[in-house]
Amino acid sequence: MDCRPRHAEGSRVKTEIHVRDLKAYFGTLEALHGINMDIDHGGVTAIIGPSGCGKSTFVRCLNRMHETIPGATVKGNVRVGDIDIYGNGTPAVEVRRRIGMVFQKPNPFPTMSIYDNVAAGLKLNGVRNRKRLDEVVERSLKMAALWDEVKDVMKKKSGASLSGGQQQRVCIARALAVEPEVILMDEPASALDPISTSKIEELIYQLKENYTVVIVTHNMQQAARVSSYTGFFLLGDLVEFDKTEKIFTNPSDKRTEDYITGRFG
Amino acid sequence: MRTRFQEGLDELKDKLLRMGGLAERSVEQAIAAYRQHDAKFCEDVFQTEHAINVAEREIDELALDLLAMQQPMASDLRFILAVIKINGDLERVGDQAVNIVQRVLDELESPVGEMPADIPRMGTLAAGMIREALEAFIHADADLAQRVLLRDNDVDRMKREVELAMVRQMQRAPEYIQPALDTLLIARNLERMADHATNIAEDVIFWVRGFDIRHHAAEE
Repeated sequence: MDCRPRHAEGSRVKTEIHVRDLKAYFGTLEALHGINMDIDHGGVTAIIGPSGCGKSTFVRCLNRMHETIPGATVKGNVRVGDIDIYGNGTPAVEVRRRIGMVFQKPNPFPTMSIYDNVAAGLKLNGVRNRKRLDEVVERSLKMAALWDEVKDVMKKKSGASLSGGQQQRVCIARALAVEPEVILMDEPASALDPISTSKIEELIYQLKENYTVVIVTHNMQQAARVSSYTGFFLLGDLVEFDKTEKIFTNPSDKRTEDYITGRFG
Repeated sequence: MRTRFQEGLDELKDKLLRMGGLAERSVEQAIAAYRQHDAKFCEDVFQTEHAINVAEREIDELALDLLAMQQPMASDLRFILAVIKINGDLERVGDQAVNIVQRVLDELESPVGEMPADIPRMGTLAAGMIREALEAFIHADADLAQRVLLRDNDVDRMKREVELAMVRQMQRAPEYIQPALDTLLIARNLERMADHATNIAEDVIFWVRGFDIRHHAAEE
């Protein structure tokens, strides 16, 4: 399967993420207390931590989704590749095109066909050329490991008619179609059965070759299986950020140890 | 707090300590058999070895269950891995004890007399290393485990001394060849026991400190 984004066909884009003193607020409540993190290009970074630790808020700050919540604000600096995403003059829409997101609950557009779901982002960006749309949809569905299952029905069947696992792969294909450099995933498999989960995990594993993937997960085994780096968040702070094998076999911070061994609280 | 998991870990530790007790006993019985030339002690070693084999299977089963059902992480994962490896080492200690008493039984059939080798002292040293390695395991004491490692050299040196002495015996008269060979093999069994104690100590250090010191891995 060709998992390379089109931008990888020519010169390889190096998309690193540098987060400096990132603070996120819900009204006056500070949910993230000044996060600093450097995420390398390529590979999968997992974000783990108990409920309410700020992990979802953190990834939502990486593509300016946090500010879509009424009263939510962000301070600090996030640089993704060559763009300063909170810098003056960077449109949020452009940020979100370059930094795609997949959510916990699969959310295909229910009235659209599978094809139109995947093509939606391109159409929104003004692409009308049929041949180009066909190419992108096919490539995206292949990257999302869904092409063989839906190629004969993708123009007739709606996205909502698929199984949960297939719907999530449609959402991943939709995110890939606009050729992002970074893919953020917020609990992408938590609503799926083990077989669909393993397909998504396999897909994440393949995507890491060419995309920078950041995944939030409650499932520590999943973090251990798919990621090469893991960050542990607690009460709005990044407690530890290291190679995944180090975090899960010999973490440096006792709070990380207590959390991953289930002795937390 | 994962109560059921913690109970499983505690049970695993208890079982391993009981197994350690059996392994220690088998060494003492083997030394007593050698010292007293008594078939009764040899029989004791065979029985203890059987108990060790049963315990080994139980520990492996419980460790496998915990790995499969509880998905342990970090120090818990290292603990279970260490237990599985220590379990294997203790079982091999039991095998070495059996090898020793087999030599003793052979010798009972055609006694030639004492060989000039301090096998009991070597046995006491090896048994002491096993005991201390298990102490280190009980108390998660990596410093004590480190001290066990140093003592392996003493046992190695004693084995080399026995080798030289037995070669001299063999050169002295043909009838000494068989008993000298038996003694040499017993010394090798004891030296292997000390090696198993060393492995156990290394596993304790891995569990407690989180890094592998085997084969000078830490220096690489």
